[in-house]
Amino acid sequence: MIEWFTWVQAAIGAAVALFCIVMGLARRIPNDYTLGAVALVELLLIAQLVVAIIAPFAGNRASGSVLEFFIYLVVALLLPPLAVVWALVDRTRWSNVVLGAAVFAVAVMVVRMLQIWTATAS
Amino acid sequence: MMVQKQSTRAVGIGRVLIAVYAILALAATGRSVFQIATQFEQAPLAYSLSGLSAVVYIVATIALIVPGRKSYGLAWATITFELAGVVLVGLMSIIAPEVFVPSAKYAHSDHSTVWTYFGIGYGFVPLVLPILGMLWLRRTRPSRGDAAVGAAPREV
Repeated sequence: MIEWFTWVQAAIGAAVALFCIVMGLARRIPNDYTLGAVALVELLLIAQLVVAIIAPFAGNRASGSVLEFFIYLVVALLLPPLAVVWALVDRTRWSNVVLGAAVFAVAVMVVRMLQIWTATAS
Repeated sequence: MMVQKQSTRAVGIGRVLIAVYAILALAATGRSVFQIATQFEQAPLAYSLSGLSAVVYIVATIALIVPGRKSYGLAWATITFELAGVVLVGLMSIIAPEVFVPSAKYAHSDHSTVWTYFGIGYGFVPLVLPILGMLWLRRTRPSRGDAAVGAAPREV
């Protein structure tokens, strides 16, 4: 894992989450901006996946559990698409809040993934 | 359009509640599957609770979505169980942490469940969510007889 990239990703995730939740509370239904922002979060997760696969070959090895790391990554990768499907089916403002909740969970999971990757115990 | 029974609970802000439940169910399931599959012998009680909480969150999510009185009752049961779980495990993890990790040999591994320290690892969402869930269930109580008729609250 690349630490700075991970923190940038977490920050973007938190910002997108806030944006989506505010849009929902402002009575907007999901639009290109909120869905596009969530797509950006997914794109960054895919970049993270690529990094996680390549990093060990570049000497950047996980000191924690690789399996646990990938469970988090796979679940995180699933969340934005599921939330987007939800938003396309349920065209109400609450779907923006749902998008925000899912992206916020992704942001937290990314930070947790960094903890797992860099864990020193065991 | 397909004829279907209107859900009384999956409306308005209740959908956000259901989505958060689904995310928590996914998070708890992922963690407990990892813990049970790779290190169950280290702390059987902690990981059994982790698995149990995951199942309860899944059932609660489904019960909130499915219309009808039966699932309304099931939603109450699972949400009450969650609140009891998060309070009891939260207290236990402060008063007697050694109960969950019987051997100091394994003190380094991750023994947390969604309920440990009242759900601190999940931003206390596991503590707040059942309370919000109960408030939502109270508001959306199905009327006698047909659960679907007239029970849906207005969009808020």
